[in-house]
Amino acid sequence: MPAQPKILLLDDDQDFLDLYREMLSQHLPSMPEVRAANTGARALSLLESEPFNLLVVDLNLSKMDGLQVLTIARRKYPQLRLVVLTGIRDEQFRTRAYALGVDQYWIKPETDQEMGLFMESIEALISREAQAGFRGVQSKSLVDIIQLECLSQSSCMLKITNGVTEGKIYIQTGEVIDAELPGMTAEPAFQRILSWKNGSFETLPPDPTRVRTIFTSYQGLLLNTAQAIDEAASLEQQPAAAENDTASGTAPPPATGVAALLADVSQIEGVEFVLALGHEKNQSKNFWGLQNPKPVAEFTRQTLENFRSLGERLQVGELQHILGTGSQRKVAVGSCGKSELCVGFPPSLSPEQVRDAFKNILSKWAS
Amino acid sequence: MGFLSRLFKPADLGLVHLPAGSFTLDREGRVMTSTLPRSFPSEHLNAIGEQVLAAFRSAKKAQLPLSEIIIHYAALKLLARELGGGAMVFLMPQSLNRLASVALKKAP
Repeated sequence: MPAQPKILLLDDDQDFLDLYREMLSQHLPSMPEVRAANTGARALSLLESEPFNLLVVDLNLSKMDGLQVLTIARRKYPQLRLVVLTGIRDEQFRTRAYALGVDQYWIKPETDQEMGLFMESIEALISREAQAGFRGVQSKSLVDIIQLECLSQSSCMLKITNGVTEGKIYIQTGEVIDAELPGMTAEPAFQRILSWKNGSFETLPPDPTRVRTIFTSYQGLLLNTAQAIDEAASLEQQPAAAENDTASGTAPPPATGVAALLADVSQIEGVEFVLALGHEKNQSKNFWGLQNPKPVAEFTRQTLENFRSLGERLQVGELQHILGTGSQRKVAVGSCGKSELCVGFPPSLSPEQVRDAFKNILSKWAS
Repeated sequence: MGFLSRLFKPADLGLVHLPAGSFTLDREGRVMTSTLPRSFPSEHLNAIGEQVLAAFRSAKKAQLPLSEIIIHYAALKLLARELGGGAMVFLMPQSLNRLASVALKKAP
């Protein structure tokens, strides 16, 4: 990415483009290079031909609307920062824009003060380096955030979200007192949350009634966790016999990697079967509790692919999961990192129990 | 900078607003009844119907017959009930405000 930040403006109003191009290029401290496009097709072609740091999009465009542009831009350029700048004051479009992964949604400024805030936010966005990490505090790892809270003797609850999984870390006057994930608490939950490579977090008020379950100092906890993560990483680097396709009836792989994970997941109450697939069609499938995994694998892959593409068409953001109810069993289907999962449950479980159990499984898989 | 207000444009109807409502499909995927506004493109209805019926059929083929499927997207929930080879589909747009209020209720 060039040293001088580059912004691409997309709007079908030429006056707007001229005005904002001038303001952004001349009044922002970072003096960005600002390019403009008056159609979605033109914007996508510019993105294809040169790198940009930020795309500012109006939603209300002829032919290809702003949501379509955002959908394509987010998929093709995941590092590109996206801002909506529109006159549309509609809660649904705001929700859908955020669901598509925009960084900010702005109503076109109408006063000096609003314009000032807009300019500040744009400057803040383009001056950050795009790095892996937790959104909320740029360039900081979760360990940094916890150290920061503990060193300042804070009391708070950190809510950390990784995909559909939500974890909580409770900090009381500078000490980590508890952690929570679906189906898991205390130190194991803390270690699992810290093993997440990215996500987002929120600092919420402390819960004074929370019972302390962790008595190790935060330094000790962080050391233990780092050690556990290192050990897990070294296990993954070993030749993974577990990655072989076990559908052919070959001997079961040793209990490492995916096989160990399958064994772990199969212990969750109510789980009748688990099928895990790689994203690519020819990649391996691993399963537990299934006699004939092939048709279930086809159902899983096809259904996820179809509904993902439907989601793009409707511009409703990421497909989170699919829950199915039948007379013989309930199923949950979803993606987690590079895996696609299909899990069977007994029909007696309520939809909420199935959803919670599936989130629990996704959380184990994500870690 | 009051002159900026002239840049404000009213919302264009070119953008498709996702309505809440339902529609029914026969086994061939034809839309039979709908409570959705006519402004919602029929192409979208057909696309939803096609994928829903395909999911029911694919599940049946996999020996996992389903009578109901709920598809959760970040900004939309689709609920489909199987109806004698066809389906009834409910569209439920999700809003940030509603999601936030649910999260707050769940928070300790």
